[in-house]
Amino acid sequence: MRSSPPSRGDLTPELLQTSQWTDELLHGAGIPVHDIPFVTVGGGIGSFVTLDYLRVYGVPTGSLRVLSNIDTPWETYEYLTRVSQIPRPERIRSDSSSRPDNLWGFPSYALEEAWRDKSLRHLRQVATEPIFDDYWTPRAGTVFQNLEREAKRISYWDMLVKGQVRMVRRRVGGGYFTVLTPPEGLSATRRVAFRSRYVHLAIGYPGLRFLPDLQDFRERYQDYHHVVNAYERHEHVYETLKTRPGVVVVRGGGIVASRVLQRLMDDREKYGLQTQILHIFRTFVTGSHGPGVFMRRRGGDGWAYQGFNYPKSVWGGQLKAQMRKLDGEDRAKLYKNMGGTNTPRRRRWQQQMAKGRRENWYHAFQGVVDKVEPSPDNRLVSHVRSDDGQLRQYASDFIIDCTGLEADITEHRVLADLLQHSGAGRNPLGRLEVERHFEVKGTASGDGALYASGAATLGGYFPGVDTFLGLQIAAQEIADDLARRGFCKKLGPLRSTSQWLKWARNKAI
Amino acid sequence: MLPTLSGRIQTRLFLLATVGLVVTALIVPVLPGAGSAALGDRYRTGLVVLASVAVLGVCWELLYHFLMQFRWEKDWPTLFGLLTLVPEGLLLWGLLELDVVPGITAGPPAATFWIHFAVVWLAVWLVANGPMRVPFVRWRFRGGRLV
Repeated sequence: MRSSPPSRGDLTPELLQTSQWTDELLHGAGIPVHDIPFVTVGGGIGSFVTLDYLRVYGVPTGSLRVLSNIDTPWETYEYLTRVSQIPRPERIRSDSSSRPDNLWGFPSYALEEAWRDKSLRHLRQVATEPIFDDYWTPRAGTVFQNLEREAKRISYWDMLVKGQVRMVRRRVGGGYFTVLTPPEGLSATRRVAFRSRYVHLAIGYPGLRFLPDLQDFRERYQDYHHVVNAYERHEHVYETLKTRPGVVVVRGGGIVASRVLQRLMDDREKYGLQTQILHIFRTFVTGSHGPGVFMRRRGGDGWAYQGFNYPKSVWGGQLKAQMRKLDGEDRAKLYKNMGGTNTPRRRRWQQQMAKGRRENWYHAFQGVVDKVEPSPDNRLVSHVRSDDGQLRQYASDFIIDCTGLEADITEHRVLADLLQHSGAGRNPLGRLEVERHFEVKGTASGDGALYASGAATLGGYFPGVDTFLGLQIAAQEIADDLARRGFCKKLGPLRSTSQWLKWARNKAI
Repeated sequence: MLPTLSGRIQTRLFLLATVGLVVTALIVPVLPGAGSAALGDRYRTGLVVLASVAVLGVCWELLYHFLMQFRWEKDWPTLFGLLTLVPEGLLLWGLLELDVVPGITAGPPAATFWIHFAVVWLAVWLVANGPMRVPFVRWRFRGGRLV
């Protein structure tokens, strides 16, 4: 028999309706309050790198808590990479020196893999990328192993509090209350609250959104088997194709589409399959494109090519410096110029696609899908309208949506509450507006500050927020801001070197 | 590297003044082709060469920054940072041959110059591509700026 959650210590209508809470209000509701100066909400890689920075800056574990419903910082990331066809031995799309387990980025992953494999191959690739070779990228497994090592070193699990965060509200007199619903059986009350001067939100992607025509099909025909999203489990597609020849429609022009294509093409080659691939691009890129000679991105065969999620210099160079100065329309314009779906131009993928075109089993074309319907023989028919106005129908056995559309930030309860009650606003791209140091604009509370990093803040003064290095850049800005506020000591060259030596010797801090 | 113009210049000057200086101090006594020249004169020549790389380098960086604008990523691949030693070395060698570098009466022998130049370059390149991030945690996120 399942025990019902405790009814004591729950949110009251008064608490729900009051934007700023007093200590008495929580006391009256019977919600226990824990005092912790800094709380990070999320518990994914964004929370991890922020805690890592603060621990390296010298903050003790007693002053820090991470509120999360996952056990390890890499759990969600590993799930998403695995289902989107990047298991541990495969390589992710990340730079060699973007190491969430090492805030210095030295030694790089390439140096580490070179040392481990006793091979200069990795170093040669890093030294000659991207001119004579593809960008070197780390194996997913390397990233997770190192995260585990660093998590142990900084006593991550001593700071972890399991539960679902419901909201963050400003406290009368300064600071914040973060309300958590602990797992059943672990608490005598329905909710507990953390009273802190600083709160950090790193709650990741607010949610996944499906292409409207595919969502419509799934709901209308209750078919979640033939129409799948690349970010959900869809191994059955590949398994079915091993048993009989089939046609697969792939939608999207980003890295996930590349990965899914690679899986389909690898399986075709490995098992001698007869899979036919129809690849629909909403925007079909035929060559180099961009607003001018100083801003042209390579492209071709439908794809826009770029090594990483953003042009590289957003993580430290010219574009980072440029965006930092822009607001409103100007910022939105630069985002638009460097944005757009893209994928790396990897040699292996190019060879596979060229072979597919030659042997007539890979067909890429431009089109917008009006609707998807089932055919009498239980297949799928996509009604596709191309830019020249032509309407065509394509029959397939499966459709894989690789577009990776993201939901609005209000889909996430904590963010919706923040927008409604705590003075947070939206940036030119509609996400959470943060300052250059990642404090959420409009949410200051006395001497307290509320920070946010990650995908929810895309569109701010720093573009690469939803990436490993972006999370570290945010973490550094936050740690430096906290140092300015006196919460910790700033990391100078000497202390940085001594902390790095501890990292290198895997000495616990 | 992901440099801004001021980051490029600052990094070059800083690394030449630190890594470059240390390497020069260590290598000058063992450089070939010194003949009967006194150690003091050899150091003087070595330091003038180092200073010339710094001064000419500011102009070179302006050119590199301009060339970088043609790159979508606005980055400066690691390989470029190494290979630019060829044009920079040739220009400086030419200027030494023409005796237009102030502070030196007679240019150093080819072997002395090229070994010194290449070793300093390699050391600076290696430090810039990794160890530099250890003491200066903000450096790589600021386009190579130190101040």
